[in-house]
Amino acid sequence: MIVRIMTEGQYELDGDQLESLKHADEELLVTVRNNDAEGFRSHLATALAVVRGGQPVHASVLKESELVLPAPDMTVREARRLFDEHQIL
Amino acid sequence: MGIMGRMSTIFKAKVSKALDQAEDPRETLDYSYQRQLEQLQQVRRGVADVVTSKKRIELQSAKLDDQIKSWEQDAKDALAQNREDLAREALTRKQAAQQQLDGLHSQLTDLEQEQTKLVELEKKLSLKVESFRTQKEVVKAKYSAAEAQVKIGEATGGLSEEMADVGMAMQRAQDKTESMQARASAIDELLSSGTLDDPISSGDHLKDELNKMKATSSVDDELAKLKAAVPAGGAAS
Repeated sequence: MIVRIMTEGQYELDGDQLESLKHADEELLVTVRNNDAEGFRSHLATALAVVRGGQPVHASVLKESELVLPAPDMTVREARRLFDEHQIL
Repeated sequence: MGIMGRMSTIFKAKVSKALDQAEDPRETLDYSYQRQLEQLQQVRRGVADVVTSKKRIELQSAKLDDQIKSWEQDAKDALAQNREDLAREALTRKQAAQQQLDGLHSQLTDLEQEQTKLVELEKKLSLKVESFRTQKEVVKAKYSAAEAQVKIGEATGGLSEEMADVGMAMQRAQDKTESMQARASAIDELLSSGTLDDPISSGDHLKDELNKMKATSSVDDELAKLKAAVPAGGAAS
């Protein structure tokens, strides 16, 4: 499955990697809902490490991603604003 | 659905808007490619704009640095004339501006990193547009309309996702430069009129008070230092 890290690029992840990503992803959602800046940073770092462990997708490949991870320097405030704009929190 | 699924939904919304569904996609390939080139041009212009804005803010902050230094000279001059009240006023203004300027400097470092990232993203996008050009020739030569639909749908989706990513990064950089320009203007105003005693609040009342207190005590310190270094006017004449 292809996962994008915003402003960074796409990675191909296998089943095991996706499984370990799931937990961090759910935790991330909780931190956004609770406006927990510190928790957001630390779970984002965990998720980033898992995704970066995947196979980088070459720049010439044109494929859509199934999952998208926020940019490494996104703050919980920016994330909230983004989700509020699209009303999907 | 977690955060990543939600982010993907946001991207998909942008992508589907960008996707043109044609009867036979092979006929619209060249047009799609033209539009991608135009979008790429827009991205390049956007990146260039961010670079220009950043340079402008750097120049502005250098000018503010000079102005701050001149307030220090004013304080010295006032002390030489035995006008401690004026010297204190000049130093207060200087310190308030200095605090804001330090904030601006750290924002500039931040923007510098974003600019580097934008340039990289733009390069990657160019590669993808080039890759689309190659793929469209293959599709035109080898595929039936139905096969082309799938193949081109995927490629267009992948490309517009990349465009959406660059677009959002650019928006973020533009928002930041705007807020920095506002900050620079506020400092400028503070230095020239002194009327804005609290140009940019941190949003936290307690923190503002603490900052103000710190500023006052450092004004006292600086004034004491100047007094030690500058002979009073009476003695000099």
